[in-house]
Amino acid sequence: MSKFDRFGLGLAKGLALTGKTLLSRPNITVQYPEQRLDVSRRLRGPELVWVALKCTGCATCAKSCPQGSIELATSQELVDNKYEVVEFLVDHGRCMFCGLCVEACPFDALYMGRGYERAAYRRGDLVLPKEKLQMSADRQPSAYCRPEMEAELPLQTLLVYGQTRAKR
Amino acid sequence: MDWLHWLFYVGVILGAVPVMVMAFIWLERRGLGRLQLRPGPNRAGPFGILQPVADAIKVLTKEDIVPVAGDHWVHFVAPLVVFAPAMLVFTVIPFQEDGGLVRGLVPDLNIGILYIVAVSSISTIGVFMAAWGSNNKYSLISAFRSMAQVVSYEIPLALAILGVVLAAGTMSLTGIVQAQAVPFIVMQPLGFIIFFIAATAELNRTPFDLMEAESEMVAGYHIEYSGMKFALFYLAEYAYTVGISAIAATLFLGGWKAPWGVGPQVGVLWLVVKILLVFMVILWIRGTFPRVRVDQLMGFAWKFLFPLSLINIFIIAAESLAWPGLPWWLLFPNTAIALVLVVVWSGLFRLGGGRVQV
Ligand code: SF4
Ligand code: SF4
Repeated sequence: MSKFDRFGLGLAKGLALTGKTLLSRPNITVQYPEQRLDVSRRLRGPELVWVALKCTGCATCAKSCPQGSIELATSQELVDNKYEVVEFLVDHGRCMFCGLCVEACPFDALYMGRGYERAAYRRGDLVLPKEKLQMSADRQPSAYCRPEMEAELPLQTLLVYGQTRAKR
Repeated sequence: MDWLHWLFYVGVILGAVPVMVMAFIWLERRGLGRLQLRPGPNRAGPFGILQPVADAIKVLTKEDIVPVAGDHWVHFVAPLVVFAPAMLVFTVIPFQEDGGLVRGLVPDLNIGILYIVAVSSISTIGVFMAAWGSNNKYSLISAFRSMAQVVSYEIPLALAILGVVLAAGTMSLTGIVQAQAVPFIVMQPLGFIIFFIAATAELNRTPFDLMEAESEMVAGYHIEYSGMKFALFYLAEYAYTVGISAIAATLFLGGWKAPWGVGPQVGVLWLVVKILLVFMVILWIRGTFPRVRVDQLMGFAWKFLFPLSLINIFIIAAESLAWPGLPWWLLFPNTAIALVLVVVWSGLFRLGGGRVQV
């Protein structure tokens, strides 16, 4: 701080700084629908991803859920020494995405997703049956609470300026 | 055809000012965005140019809420009292030189600048009416602040204008413009600085926007307003800003004249360009400086601007006595005096930067 900062020079310095940004226009706002930030692949996103092949229907997830937002039913008879999961419903409108069910699942059959934009017009649309819970191009599992998955992920910086990518 | 003249210019002012205000609102929001590292409104139309239109439509369709415990009539009239003076300012601004096509409503009013000073203080009453009619404590605090601020800053403002009147030898705005062979901003830099700061404070714009301080009082005096009444306050703020820019352009930047007489005399274009220039500086200042505290506000007016404006008047008066007609070379001593005075006076007192000193 120079001696003259208190004599009006400080004001001039401030004006010079903002004048510079006015002309150089560094723009840090992400134009959301057109531009998106890279989200972390370890994100505890607002959705669950369920892998039908691994699930045994043990219902540990449903019991561990503080919200009671998982509902599942298995077949009565054993098929190939296994109970078939006939119903697996997750009410995403009630879920608080705490991840307790993912942590509890002993067979790594349940993942947090890393999608967002999961809003719906009706509450009923947020209750997803097992077909919709499965992994798809749009519904990718995150590495939350899955250390073996996380180990394979590349190091990633998050929400850093310049890391935007256009999706469309 | 006297009535035709009045009808025409009332139409011009009522039409041109809101259009200009809308353009300036867009300009301000885009410019402020750039100053703050963001794009500003850019969704409505190309470059967000339709944003003021969208805002206007939104505001027109909003519900008009009147506080039950408030004073309904005062609440109703206040926006008009605030808005009308902002338009009245434009009646005496000369748009063009003598004999031009569009000269303005009453550009030759012999007490033009006195009229402006008188009329522009009326809006403070509107602010107080809005606060009183709202029956809201924040509104009232805001109105108190506004009163104190306007009373304090009116004095350096008027004294700075007096310097211009002394130099020009007339109160008519046309006369003042004609007297500026060299624009008064060069001849009286100190007067311009004082005028500009005091005018910014009169406008209640950042860094003197204490009465609208969002972080302290939500929205200040118009906290209880919604819909079109709120829009009137908003419009009035910008119309008044444009008005003050027009006054600054007329008093200090040579009004309708092309700079130093060079360049074509193209109608009101130079005036609009100069208004734009002053407006951009006000905007730049808004994007740069943080809000001052109440005690700093008062200290700045009474300890800095007031004595300096008195000194300014004495200098201008002495100069007009010694060298009638004020030759152009006086700009060198005047600039030097302005620089020295600002630096010396800043050293004479402290506003207690950052902390209240009790
Ligand atoms: S994330 Fe939490 S709230 Fe949601 S289903 Fe799993 S345990 Fe229940
Ligand atoms: S805890 Fe895992 S394996 Fe058990 S029912 Fe839930 S998802 Fe299936």
